[in-house]
Amino acid sequence: MTSAVSFKKVSRHFGSVRAVDAVDLEIAPGEFFAMLGPSGSGKTTCLRLIAGFEQPTAGSVSIFGERAEGVPPYRRNVNTVFQDYALFPHLNVLDNVAYGLMVKGVGKAERLKAAEEALSLVRLPGYGARRPGQLSGGQRQRVALARALVNQPKVLLLDEPLGALDLKLRENMQEELKSLQKVLGITFVFVTHDQGEALSMADRVAVFNDGRIMQVGTPEDIYQRPNTRFVADFVGSSNVLPPDFVQRYSGQHRWGSLRPESIRVLSATSGDGVAARLVGTNYLGATTRLALDADGLRLHAVVPAGTALPAEGEAVLLTFNRDSLHLMDEPA
Amino acid sequence: MTIAAVQSNPTPAILPGSGGLRGALSDLFWRRPKFLLLLMLAPPLLWLGIVYIGSLFALLAQSFFSIDEFSGLINREFTLKTYGDLFQAANLDIILRTVTMAALVTLASAVIAFPIAYYAARYARGRWKALFYLGVMLPLWSSYLVKIYAWKLILAKEGILTWLLAKLNLLWLLDGWLSLPIVGGNSLSVSFTGTFIVFVYVWLPFMILPVQAALERVPGNLVEASSDLGASPGQTFRNVLFPLALPGIVAGSIFTFSLTLGDYIIPQIIGTSRLFIGQAVYSQQGTAGNIPLAAAFTVVPVVVMGFYLWGAKRMGAFDAL
Repeated sequence: MTSAVSFKKVSRHFGSVRAVDAVDLEIAPGEFFAMLGPSGSGKTTCLRLIAGFEQPTAGSVSIFGERAEGVPPYRRNVNTVFQDYALFPHLNVLDNVAYGLMVKGVGKAERLKAAEEALSLVRLPGYGARRPGQLSGGQRQRVALARALVNQPKVLLLDEPLGALDLKLRENMQEELKSLQKVLGITFVFVTHDQGEALSMADRVAVFNDGRIMQVGTPEDIYQRPNTRFVADFVGSSNVLPPDFVQRYSGQHRWGSLRPESIRVLSATSGDGVAARLVGTNYLGATTRLALDADGLRLHAVVPAGTALPAEGEAVLLTFNRDSLHLMDEPA
Repeated sequence: MTIAAVQSNPTPAILPGSGGLRGALSDLFWRRPKFLLLLMLAPPLLWLGIVYIGSLFALLAQSFFSIDEFSGLINREFTLKTYGDLFQAANLDIILRTVTMAALVTLASAVIAFPIAYYAARYARGRWKALFYLGVMLPLWSSYLVKIYAWKLILAKEGILTWLLAKLNLLWLLDGWLSLPIVGGNSLSVSFTGTFIVFVYVWLPFMILPVQAALERVPGNLVEASSDLGASPGQTFRNVLFPLALPGIVAGSIFTFSLTLGDYIIPQIIGTSRLFIGQAVYSQQGTAGNIPLAAAFTVVPVVVMGFYLWGAKRMGAFDAL
């Protein structure tokens, strides 16, 4: 099967900065694909390479099997939802949504009808006459989505589309985007720096750092089986354990990852486990996050709220299931 | 700092006033911000209200007087006769000529200014941006008269332009143009074409700067969004860039249009013997001593600009503001 998007050794350099460095990537048709990474990791540049706003310095980009180098954005059947929405301020909502059809020469009655339908799809029916300036952030986000979807793109690109929304709205939109993608079956490529967002929405996640892809896999792969220290730390702030420490428990001299929720904290000073000291507690509502110091090694544990905790500064004993200690590929 | 140190800090929670007139004034202004605003606005409001608007009304009043044709004295009785005089064929000719010239100069300025402003707003950075501002503003620092006389030399029959065209074997083009009725003449420096060129040159900065400011406010991602949605560069220009730059173009055209309507020096130095409104005002209030007619002529650009702005507003030129 042809990939929806295929990168073969794609690089994009800006002067001496390697924004994207020899990236190989295959995105399957109909997939909800997330590109996750810190700012400056190259994920947005990859998105812009698909949209056509950037051209690769080297390598090749294909969209549904067709080579896309040198093809301008307006000849790609790919649409983007921009980070700050980029709605046209001089057009009302309906004309914004109908813009793509208008420039393609679709008749007025037909394109306004399609735009109205797209607005219903994002649950904004009847908002057509308003100006973008009269809408809230969440509504603008929906208009931007409708404006892209009305063109029935082969691939929909979303550049941190939920970044500017408040928490509650963001959670709602995550669910809506996910169900919308299921209904429409369009390939979604989603850029985010929020690991929770990537894990909860995507079918597969690519973790970016320094212009390279560190790991590609299902959210579970990425979360449970990170292959490098960077992925373990960036996705869900796992405890990265040094090879000497790992060797004591697994017998192998490799870097290890231990999820904070896999650590149990006991108020005991002797017994089987890692001796540590509780140095801080962070109340998070449903859970409490504990900062621990195990003989100079800084660890975090997450325990359910309401767990009886020793006072800060006291000695504790840490235990964990050997199976939850994940050994990483990164050389020691 | 320890807690004990914070608690024993001897500084009072509320500081004493600085005292004296300055302190009292500062406190007064803080308590009554409107008083400060009034104090700051009073001089410019007095200037605008009395000196500026006042003299404009005096002018308007003059235009409703008439002149006694035998004695040459001004008859201070309300009449519309002076305005009637504006519609004499010779005067109507002057008005029509001036408005047409102003419209053409505005159009040409907009067409020339847009690419320059676009480059400056979207591409020029750092040193190039500074060079752009210098290039646009520098001509404004030198005397208007010097520039016009310089152009007279450039456009004259023995001038550099004729010389250049002769070297390029293009004199036939110039001669062909000059032999045309209305726009032609003995040389560029005594033709309407020359007047037009110099008007465009002199007012161009007033068009470039507002267009550049308007384009600068257009976020770059709107151009990307348009392209992303399938618009070719031409469609993006028509549907996004031009509408968003329109308030800037209208602002610039207010300058180019009204400055051309009122100017009397350029057509006097470079051009034909046919008058423009400014020259008509100049000669009516001076040699002819017909102040009422001069005042009526002055009202024409005010009325034309009023219609122009009303039309621009109706066309939606200010919608993107």
